[in-house]
Amino acid sequence: MIRLARRSPLAGAGALIVGLVIVAALAAPLLATLKPPFWQGDGSLRHPLGTDHLGRDVYSRLIYGAQISLTISVLAAFLGAVVGVVAGLVAGYLGGRVDTIIMRLADLNLAFPLILLALAVVALLGANLKNLVIVMAITTWMIYARVVRGLSLGLREREFVQAARALGAHDARIIARHLLPNVLAPVMVIWTLEVARIILMESALSFLGLGVPPPTPTWGRMLAEGRDYLTVAGWIAVFPGLAILFTVLGINFLGDGLRDLLDPRLRRQT
Amino acid sequence: MRAYIAARLATAVLVILGVSIVSFFLTFLTGDPAEIMLPPGATAAQIEKFRADWGFDDPVIVQYWRFLKRAVHGDFGISLRHGQQSLPLIAARLPATLQLTLTAMVLAIALAVPLGVLAATHRGGPIDLLAMGVALVGQSVPNFWLAIMMILLFAVSWGLLPTSGRGGVAHVVMPAAAIAINLMALLTRLVRSTMIEMLSEDYVRTARAKGLRELFVTSRHALPNALIPLVTVIGLQFGYILGGAVVIETIFTWPGVGLFTIQAILNRDYPVVQASVFILATAVVLINLTVDLLYVWLDPRIRVT
Repeated sequence: MIRLARRSPLAGAGALIVGLVIVAALAAPLLATLKPPFWQGDGSLRHPLGTDHLGRDVYSRLIYGAQISLTISVLAAFLGAVVGVVAGLVAGYLGGRVDTIIMRLADLNLAFPLILLALAVVALLGANLKNLVIVMAITTWMIYARVVRGLSLGLREREFVQAARALGAHDARIIARHLLPNVLAPVMVIWTLEVARIILMESALSFLGLGVPPPTPTWGRMLAEGRDYLTVAGWIAVFPGLAILFTVLGINFLGDGLRDLLDPRLRRQT
Repeated sequence: MRAYIAARLATAVLVILGVSIVSFFLTFLTGDPAEIMLPPGATAAQIEKFRADWGFDDPVIVQYWRFLKRAVHGDFGISLRHGQQSLPLIAARLPATLQLTLTAMVLAIALAVPLGVLAATHRGGPIDLLAMGVALVGQSVPNFWLAIMMILLFAVSWGLLPTSGRGGVAHVVMPAAAIAINLMALLTRLVRSTMIEMLSEDYVRTARAKGLRELFVTSRHALPNALIPLVTVIGLQFGYILGGAVVIETIFTWPGVGLFTIQAILNRDYPVVQASVFILATAVVLINLTVDLLYVWLDPRIRVT
């Protein structure tokens, strides 16, 4: 991490922020001053960020909220990446009709206002961790598919791939052993930035009442609850938003830094 | 050239067909549309009757075909909540959403272009750092939180702007700004990076060598070329902008398609949800089609090939 920071201060700062949030999520029971359900108790405990409308400690809920945000976004980004990378490799390597079908599916998926699609699907299937992860993965796979397809189109023509084919390697083996390792660097970068985007989207769903249901603390719902008490207790809405901003900013720092380090050619694409 | 346009049109039609399939199958996600649309207490006989009445007994393909045929005629069924055709209900709310999203886009472009150009011409300087800082924070800020913070500041504390509803110019400011922020950040970065690239091109060096003033070189030679990728990105971002509008409209109770659709989703009013998802997705497809065709027209290098 120190080496990373020396080569790219941006990535270093990002890694530090992300590290802090991960520590908060993992060590929530140690860091939070109160345990779920975060009731006030006898009033002798300190509430560094105040309490919400039910008297729950905002600070402790924020710390626990990191667990949900990170779990959903990391899992969904991973699931989306696996699907998208496989789709992109297959489309780019095989070409032809398979390529057309996969890329049209990606276009189709991109045409929907993703948050609307996610809202509709979650409302139908029910808001729980599993459904949210699947829905978020649906909103992210095509980004990998597009980039990876483009890369594997170029790789397909390279000598080492031609050589492997001449030696009689199966398509599956060429894809797994020769193409995949060569697309992993950009995939890492996209993955990082997608985690950040999914955190934003998950908190938006949660804000609209379609996130992981209560009493689990999520940043989005804390914000929504705080919104009802804006005039009397603004802090309830301020802190969850800052937590989201801080986390997403950290991940974006990390992603941008990684991009500059791993693949300067990708820099233009944002 | 003509072949390209034909192929592009064919793709758009295919994608819209796909959009119709997805909108149709939304109600099948849980297996039985009748159970979604009827209140939880419905008896087995009522569910049976509902199925027969609405044709849910037919094979899925038949149902889809019927949905498609009606959709082509603008018939997405009667809203379960409002008792009217769902398409006119949505169409009535479209102008409000368009007003909001277009204002947001104009706002984002108006801020991003000068900021990006200044950052590129003062690369590495304090202006560049500031612009990139603004862009990074702007990309990471949850727009619904920003909206609430603006309400807290400008409406609750200072009483300068109205908190909700649609009316005069004052009503548009906060929701449009909240939608614009993420796009503005993205466009600033894009303008900066393309401008940096353009400023190192040979024709810019030639223009400078001719003794043209730097302002002229930047604005007349480099900028127009840097704006071309901007068009594509704005087109691609249109779906995200609409998505942003969905969330922001609910915060400001802005009477647009987004607020209406969210209410429909929460009320399980599926004819409206289907119509809305179909209309918005089709709009995105058409915008992207327009952008692609516009691109051909804007960039002569593509026109020739």
